[in-house]
Amino acid sequence: MGIEQLEPLAAAADPLWLHQQANRIRINALKMVHHAGVGHTGGDMSSADILTTLYMAVLRVDPANARDPRRDRFVMSKGHCSGAFYSVLSARGFFPEAMLATYMDPLSMLNGHPDRNKLPGVEANTGPLGHGMPIAVGSALAARMSGLNYRTFVLTGDGEQQEGSNWEACMTAAHYGLDSLTVIVDRNRIQQGDFTEKTIRMDPLPEKFRAFGFATEEINGHDHAALKARLQSLPIEPGKPTCLIANTTKGKGISFAENKPEWHHGVPNAEQLAMAIAELSVVLEATQ
Amino acid sequence: MSLQKFDCRDAFSTELEALAAEDLRVAAVVNDSVSSTKLKNFRSKFPERFVNVGIAEQNMVGVGAGLALGNMLPYVCGASCFLTARATEQVKVDLGYSNSNVKLCGMSSGMAYGELGATHHSIEDFAFTRVIPNLAVVAPADSIETRALMRYSVNHVGPMFLRMSRVPVRNVMPEGFVFELGKAHTLRAGNDVTIMANGILVERALDAAELLAAAGIEARVLNMSSVKPIDRAAILDAARTTRGIVTVEEHSIYGGLGGAVAEIIAQEHPVKMKILGIPGVFAPTGSAEFLLEHFGLTADGIARAARELLG
Repeated sequence: MGIEQLEPLAAAADPLWLHQQANRIRINALKMVHHAGVGHTGGDMSSADILTTLYMAVLRVDPANARDPRRDRFVMSKGHCSGAFYSVLSARGFFPEAMLATYMDPLSMLNGHPDRNKLPGVEANTGPLGHGMPIAVGSALAARMSGLNYRTFVLTGDGEQQEGSNWEACMTAAHYGLDSLTVIVDRNRIQQGDFTEKTIRMDPLPEKFRAFGFATEEINGHDHAALKARLQSLPIEPGKPTCLIANTTKGKGISFAENKPEWHHGVPNAEQLAMAIAELSVVLEATQ
Repeated sequence: MSLQKFDCRDAFSTELEALAAEDLRVAAVVNDSVSSTKLKNFRSKFPERFVNVGIAEQNMVGVGAGLALGNMLPYVCGASCFLTARATEQVKVDLGYSNSNVKLCGMSSGMAYGELGATHHSIEDFAFTRVIPNLAVVAPADSIETRALMRYSVNHVGPMFLRMSRVPVRNVMPEGFVFELGKAHTLRAGNDVTIMANGILVERALDAAELLAAAGIEARVLNMSSVKPIDRAAILDAARTTRGIVTVEEHSIYGGLGGAVAEIIAQEHPVKMKILGIPGVFAPTGSAEFLLEHFGLTADGIARAARELLG
C-alpha cells in the first residue's frame, strides 16, 4: 500500500463541506450525550471544528490500517470530549457510525473516555488531564529516532493547562526542538466550575507557550479555512514545536449553551436536543 | 560459588547497551538520573536514543508511552521512589490501562538510599505497581538474573516494572539462567519450611537456610522475583508440602510479595505464614545495612522467623 492511502480527504478542500461535517459531528455528539445521560456537551461543541479539520483535511491516517507505523499521531488529551472525538473518528471511517448509538452503554467499546485497546483510531487512553502532551512529546521523539518522520498533534483543553505535567512536557519539546509536534489548545475559557480566568488565571496563555519555547499563534478555532491553512503549513518555525491557541466558544452552535459554564457537562433533554439539532442543521442545507 | 558482590545496576546498564546495539527500537529515558541509573555509557553510545527529560517524572512516564506509540521500545529509568510514586497516575493510565510497551526501571529500590531517609526509600512500590492491571512486576535477585531479565524484557510485549537495588549482592542464580515471567526459581530444596524472597534478600534467605540446616531444619528457598504474575503453583506446592511459608522482601509488609502470597494461601490452602519486611513504618536514620538489620532482614532474622513459625 502506498503512502497516498494515508492522505487526507480531497473533499476537505471545501470549507463549507468542513463546516457541514463539523455540524454533523456536533449533532452526533449531542445525540450521544442525550442517550447516555452524561457527557461533556460544551467541550464537544467547542472542539468539533478543530477535530473535523484535523481528521478530514490534515492528518495522514488510514482507517483500514489504523496502526500503520507511518501514520500521523493524534492524541486527544481532553479525553472527556469523547462525544466529538468518537463522532469524528467514525466520520473518518475508523468504525461504523451506528456504533455511536452505544455511547457509554454497558460493555460498549465507546467508554466515557477513550480506550485505544477497544476502539480503532484512538492513540492514547486519556481522561485524567495533563497526560496527552507528554505522550505527544514521546511520539514526536520516536518519529525522529525511528526515521518515520510522521507528525504528532495533540488537542488539550485550556483549563487542562493548569496541570503541571503539561509544562514539563513543554520544556522537553522545546529542548529537543520537536518541530513535528503541534499542540492545539481549545481555548474556550470555561472549565467545570467556572470561567478559567475566574478559576485560575490562564492569560496570557500565548506568551506562556512562547516563553516555554513554542512558535505560537492564536487562531479562530471555528474558522475552517483558517484552521486548514495553518494546519497544512506547519511548522510555524523550523526547530521549534508549534502551539496554536484556538480561540473557541464553549457550546458553539447551540444558542442556549454557548459560553455558559453550566453546559460544561450539561446534558440536553429531548426538547433541547431538538432545538439544538434544528440550529445546527441550518448549515447542512446550504450550498455554495 | 563466588562470594564477590555486584551492584545489579551494572548488569542492567551493560545489558541495556548490548540490547540497544542489537535492537534499534531500544531507547532510554531518564529524569536527570544519568549517574544513578548508570547510563552514562548508553548516553555516549546511543545519544540519538537517549532522552533526558530533566526532573519531571510524570512527563517522563508519558514520554515513555509516546515513544512506544511511535514503535520504539523505551526503558524509563529513575530512582524507584520518584518514578513509582510521583508518576503513579501515568503508570496506571499511560502504561497499564493503555497496555503500552514500556519498561519501567525503578532503581535503588527498597531502603538502598539508607541514611538519605524515608523520602528516598521505595518500600511502597510493589504495592503501587502490583495493583495495576497489565503491568508485570519483577525484582531480580542478582546480576545474573538482572541480565536475564533485561534480555527477556525486550521480547515481552506490554508494560513491566523492573525493580533494582544498588546494594551489592553475590550471584545466587545459575550461570546461563533464562528468565521466565511468573516462575519461581527453587534455589534450595527442603520440606520443613519454605522461604520465599526476592531482590537483594534472596542471598540472605539462602544464608538463613544454611543456619536452619545446621539446626536440622530443611528450608526450601524460592526466588520470587516475579511478583506479578506470581507462581501460584509453586506457592500452593509449598503450602501443601512444607509446614509454613516465610516471605522476605525489602518492602512494606503491606501490599508486596507477602501480600501476594497470602492472597493465594488464604483462599486456596491456608497454612502458617510470616511476612518479613518493613512493618508499616517510615524507617529511622541509618545506612541500608543498618536498616536491614534493624528490621530483622538478615540471615539470623529470617532463620529466627522460620523457627518461630515451626513452633
